[in-house]
Amino acid sequence: MSIFVDEKNKVLVQGATGHQGVFHIGEMLNFGTKVVAGVTPGKAGQEVHGVPVFDTVMDAVVETDANTSLVLVPARFAKDAVFEALDAGIKTVVVITENIPFHDAMEFVHYAKYKDAILIGPNCPGIASPGKTKIGILPGGIFMEGNVGVASRSGTLTYEIVNSLKEKGMGQSTCVGLGGDPIIGTTFIDALDAFEKDKDTKAVVLVGEIGGTAEEDASEHIIEHISKPVFAFIAGRTAPPGKRMGHAGAIIARGKGTAKSKIEAFEKADVKLARFPTDIADLVEKYS
Amino acid sequence: MKLFEYRGKELFDKYGISVPNGKLVNDEKDFSDLKFPFILKAQVPIGGRGKAGGIKSVENKKDAKEKLSQILGMDIKGFTVRKVLAEEKVDIKKELYMSIMLDRSQRTSLLMVSGKGGMDIESVPDDLIFKEWINPFIGIQPFHIRGTISKLKLEKEEGKQVANVLSKLYKMFREYDCELVEINPLIISSDGDVIALDSKVTINDDALYRHSDIVAENVELTPLEKDAKEKGIAFIQLDGNIGVIANGAGLTMATLDALTHFKGDGGVFLDLGGTDDPEKVKQAFELMKKAKPSVIFLNLFGGITKCDTVARGVKAVISKEGIDCPVVTRIKGMNEEKAKDILKDAGLITAATLQDAAQKSCDLAGER
Repeated sequence: MSIFVDEKNKVLVQGATGHQGVFHIGEMLNFGTKVVAGVTPGKAGQEVHGVPVFDTVMDAVVETDANTSLVLVPARFAKDAVFEALDAGIKTVVVITENIPFHDAMEFVHYAKYKDAILIGPNCPGIASPGKTKIGILPGGIFMEGNVGVASRSGTLTYEIVNSLKEKGMGQSTCVGLGGDPIIGTTFIDALDAFEKDKDTKAVVLVGEIGGTAEEDASEHIIEHISKPVFAFIAGRTAPPGKRMGHAGAIIARGKGTAKSKIEAFEKADVKLARFPTDIADLVEKYS
Repeated sequence: MKLFEYRGKELFDKYGISVPNGKLVNDEKDFSDLKFPFILKAQVPIGGRGKAGGIKSVENKKDAKEKLSQILGMDIKGFTVRKVLAEEKVDIKKELYMSIMLDRSQRTSLLMVSGKGGMDIESVPDDLIFKEWINPFIGIQPFHIRGTISKLKLEKEEGKQVANVLSKLYKMFREYDCELVEINPLIISSDGDVIALDSKVTINDDALYRHSDIVAENVELTPLEKDAKEKGIAFIQLDGNIGVIANGAGLTMATLDALTHFKGDGGVFLDLGGTDDPEKVKQAFELMKKAKPSVIFLNLFGGITKCDTVARGVKAVISKEGIDCPVVTRIKGMNEEKAKDILKDAGLITAATLQDAAQKSCDLAGER
């Protein structure tokens, strides 16, 4: 098993004919993802790696039964793209686009909830269930089927951690990149609940960073609801307040969102913390 | 982007929220249309300016001239004061607090009001702050306003006016893509008027493209940071002397953390992000050189950003201009062998793990 996505996801890509779209449709097909359609307004009739392109999401859904969308459009068109997907009945939307105004994200996150859809991102690398599907821009080569669930606010750091798990012979049930923005559709709590129910997930790795209270919220949730072992790494222990460390969400503002507070919260929830990203694999090996 | 107080007040005025009569002043000529006594307020994008001497009350022209010259050019927590707002005094009967901000956990706007205005809201006890969360699809409704206003125990007419400010402020928060709008204090004057004495407004950088009337005043950036921003590179200058280049915000932060663990100090945070363009890497590396770190630490995990792409960009700069500080590299992931091959004659120091590379960087930085 896996969480959120598997071989049943039939994926359409919004923003299919751009540089990123073409590259990642190829990468996803190589991984085994069922990419069934692309959507770029005005480009209907074209093909990308043999995948047909449509003008609208609705056309793509009618022709191909797509149930999942990967959003790669530029930030200023992202809100419209997500609304279009949700209105066409898409039930899983993965938003890769970064720099989306957060008032836009606030609207589409709430609309997804109203439509009972899973929304992952924005500003995320996507999600992969090894052996089944990969929806996003995560590098396919680092994954391996297995029993560790990974949920992360970061991109590259996750690849590093996943890769070090693989080097120790530990595969992943699902690896989900939640996104580095202040407003995201799927949170640590959503991922933890899903991993808790997933019989193939034996341990969960959370990759957090400074900013916001997602890690503190997750810790409270773990104490009450999660029985599986949880491991974590937090980036930004030494980040100064008021400086935005690359991600829009990674900022210590008004005294909130410090690594210290996150570490204390995780310790209270008996989450094992790694000092270096690659130490996660050692911890998982030792304690699960 | 944080707006200066006077810019925030220009927006308040546009939305019909009253602000004191005032203007920016440069010299005594500017005092002519202001009534004494008034207040001079340093315009800096940071709190605590009152304690730093950046706010002064003035009684007459001579007094004003003297105090203005003290404030202009003053350093407040690293920011030089270049603009001073002069505002006529208002008689205060009550001080309130009002703000709207993004609530990341609830993924909505959070409205907060308190009867304890004028002080740092962090120091106001929680039970004296009244909160409402606003779903973006219904927006602010009369019940939200009634609910919060009722907690403030105001006289009827005052309550009406404060309610009015609240709905205008919400409108501004949404229409201007604000991360935060804060009025502290929002005062009720002895004449019964409701006036915003201060403004803290932060506009979401990612939405600035749709607000052409907001002039970018990136006063918080160093010249190199400004340059980087124009080139679309995530580049932050810090206090230490080791320049970190990595790909991805999380990995870059983790690299800085590793340096601290080995008793070193990061001087630059440079996140290459998801680029796979050697030209962009070249620009980034040039910026790093300009920051003059004692040591450069390049930490890569190649995925979409391929290791050899970064290697090519770095090599291009080194072979053209040379490099006058040690460069420690730790390269892993997609095309790492190719990258190592490209860099093998460039005179760089290589390490296999993050820990090893961080230790080497710190040792070298300590020697210089």
